[in-house]
Amino acid sequence: MSEPPADTSFPPETDFGAPIRVVLAKLGLDGHDRGLKIVARTLRDAGMEVIYLGLRQTADSIVAACEQEDADVIGLSMHNAGHLTLAPRMVQAVDHAGLDVPVVIGGIVPADDVATLIDSGVAAVIGPGASADEVVSAVKAAVDRQTDAQ
Amino acid sequence: MVESMSGIPLDPYYGDELKPGEYPYTRGLYSTGYRSKLWTMRMFAGFGTATDTNARFHALLRAGGTGLSTAFDMPTLMGRDSDHEWAIGEVGRAGVAVDTLADMEDLFAGIDLGDVTTSMTINGPAAIAMAMYVAVAEKNGVGRAELGGTIQNDILKEYQAQKEYIFPPRPSVRLVTDLIRFTTAEMPRWHPVSISGYHIREAGSTAAQELAFTLANGFAYVEAAAAAGLDVDDFAPRLSFFFNAHSDFFEEIGKYRAARRIWATWMRDRYGAANPKSLMCRFHTQTAGVSLTAQQPENNIARVALQALSAVLGGTQSLHTDSYDEALALPTEKAARIALRTQQIVAHETGAASVVDPLGGAPFVEWITGEMERQANEIFDHIDQLGNGSMLEGVYGGIEDGYFVGEIADAAYRFEREVNAGRRIIVGVNEFIEGDDQESNLLSIGRETEDLQLKRLEQVRGDRDDDAVRASLAALVESAAQPDVNLMPPIIDAVQTYATEGEIVAALETVFGTYVETAVV
Repeated sequence: MSEPPADTSFPPETDFGAPIRVVLAKLGLDGHDRGLKIVARTLRDAGMEVIYLGLRQTADSIVAACEQEDADVIGLSMHNAGHLTLAPRMVQAVDHAGLDVPVVIGGIVPADDVATLIDSGVAAVIGPGASADEVVSAVKAAVDRQTDAQ
Repeated sequence: MVESMSGIPLDPYYGDELKPGEYPYTRGLYSTGYRSKLWTMRMFAGFGTATDTNARFHALLRAGGTGLSTAFDMPTLMGRDSDHEWAIGEVGRAGVAVDTLADMEDLFAGIDLGDVTTSMTINGPAAIAMAMYVAVAEKNGVGRAELGGTIQNDILKEYQAQKEYIFPPRPSVRLVTDLIRFTTAEMPRWHPVSISGYHIREAGSTAAQELAFTLANGFAYVEAAAAAGLDVDDFAPRLSFFFNAHSDFFEEIGKYRAARRIWATWMRDRYGAANPKSLMCRFHTQTAGVSLTAQQPENNIARVALQALSAVLGGTQSLHTDSYDEALALPTEKAARIALRTQQIVAHETGAASVVDPLGGAPFVEWITGEMERQANEIFDHIDQLGNGSMLEGVYGGIEDGYFVGEIADAAYRFEREVNAGRRIIVGVNEFIEGDDQESNLLSIGRETEDLQLKRLEQVRGDRDDDAVRASLAALVESAAQPDVNLMPPIIDAVQTYATEGEIVAALETVFGTYVETAVV
């Protein structure tokens, strides 16, 4: 693309030294993909490997992509108030598949719902207006915590 | 006699060179502007079950709203029934769930459809929603010819920006032109397509891209309808547009003025339209949802007011103002009321409605209007070349080769980088960030909506005549296989049997196929 990459002297890596591999997807029917595409470029510019699945994914298709791509983290973007139903289903599908992959949510999530999502196993919720640094840090921290927990 | 607040008499417009109401309409479509008719204050609403949204409609009408505007939920917009596996968690959340004619009956209960105008924001299944609306009205004794309103029915921007497509582009455009043919013949008060830049802008385009992609789509529909055998002057007077009102005040005003000029010029010179109404770019405007911030959400009231003022100074025919809490959740009734009041303040207190195109002739405003037009022309040249002299083929080509989504994603990322680097200030987000009180009074849609809707759907399926449903769907499939047959009549037949939207879509998919986007980052 036309934009030069952001300054990233230290590309985020997993504790094992490989770049973080992140699967990005929209779950269900919601078509708002502006935010997810910006996140994709932001994470890529920060040195992560982005597997962009795009629209109309299901929990199963995302799990399958994680297995195939050996992903470290899943990023989901949600803009139509379905997060309380859809996000826990995603976490359950990941657990059910026996994967140790944290799920990070971005998009429009009311503050009151964040605790509910964290309780249901979501690793982090990134709100609207988060800076590029905040997005990169949240994804990195989610991967670090997962690695430490193993 | 219109006077300023201090009693100074005001002419309808000022300046002698180019007048409002004259070709190419840069300064406005009508010489009397908002003096003869204020813009329509059309507030978009829809959530939960049809009964819930019906109550919101009644509240908006009581509060002085002058038109209805329907938001459908994602499953409805995507042509899927509420019990489809993809629908879980999304039923009634971002709009109202409509599965069958029974839901449409509930949605408009107690509202005289001959008396209000209704806007329906739906695209992939637009023909089905239109059929249901006609069927409800006729059931209540209001003939289709009496119905006034707009259906968005703009499928091209779905592939470019909003991504609510069902079928591939070409059969989808056939459905668009079938609806245009149908309303042209039978519903003279209806606007069969609202050519929308709003979503292109929300997806991240620049103002000039919004302008150019939207008008290019408009030209594409004109070519498609002409190819379907319509005379341009038969349908062009009923085409309308839908633009975004973003935050750069003068750039937005330049965009609206340029839109009118470009449309008039192209319709006359390229498409040979002769009826002055065919040359008029009538548009609805909505303030930019994407500009609203979750931080210090009350600041959004000020953003919306300024955006609304730009739309009015740009000469919009109707306006939706966003609610300040929309970066956080669907709007509460109070937030929606403040948004409507904002329009009423612009209309009745500011004097902005007193004089047509009050900024016309200002050097900067005229310059930026011309600059918008110049940038749009560059984009038209690209699309025209892509289509070898056909804008319709050029738009198809740009969808296929990722031109539109790529341009929009580049612009969105550029903007985001500028905000991140602090080169662009967003108040409360990257500057002036102290004082962020979390808004706690948010609308939430309970899970019971989904249960209620599923029960409703099951009940309708149980009560209907399944043989009649099957026969109507078979007839629809047969018609779909013949490209020259207008699909509106068989779709109306199908909805009257209480065939579900999902069943009708599935029947059409057997002929048309299903569109899957190639993911491009």
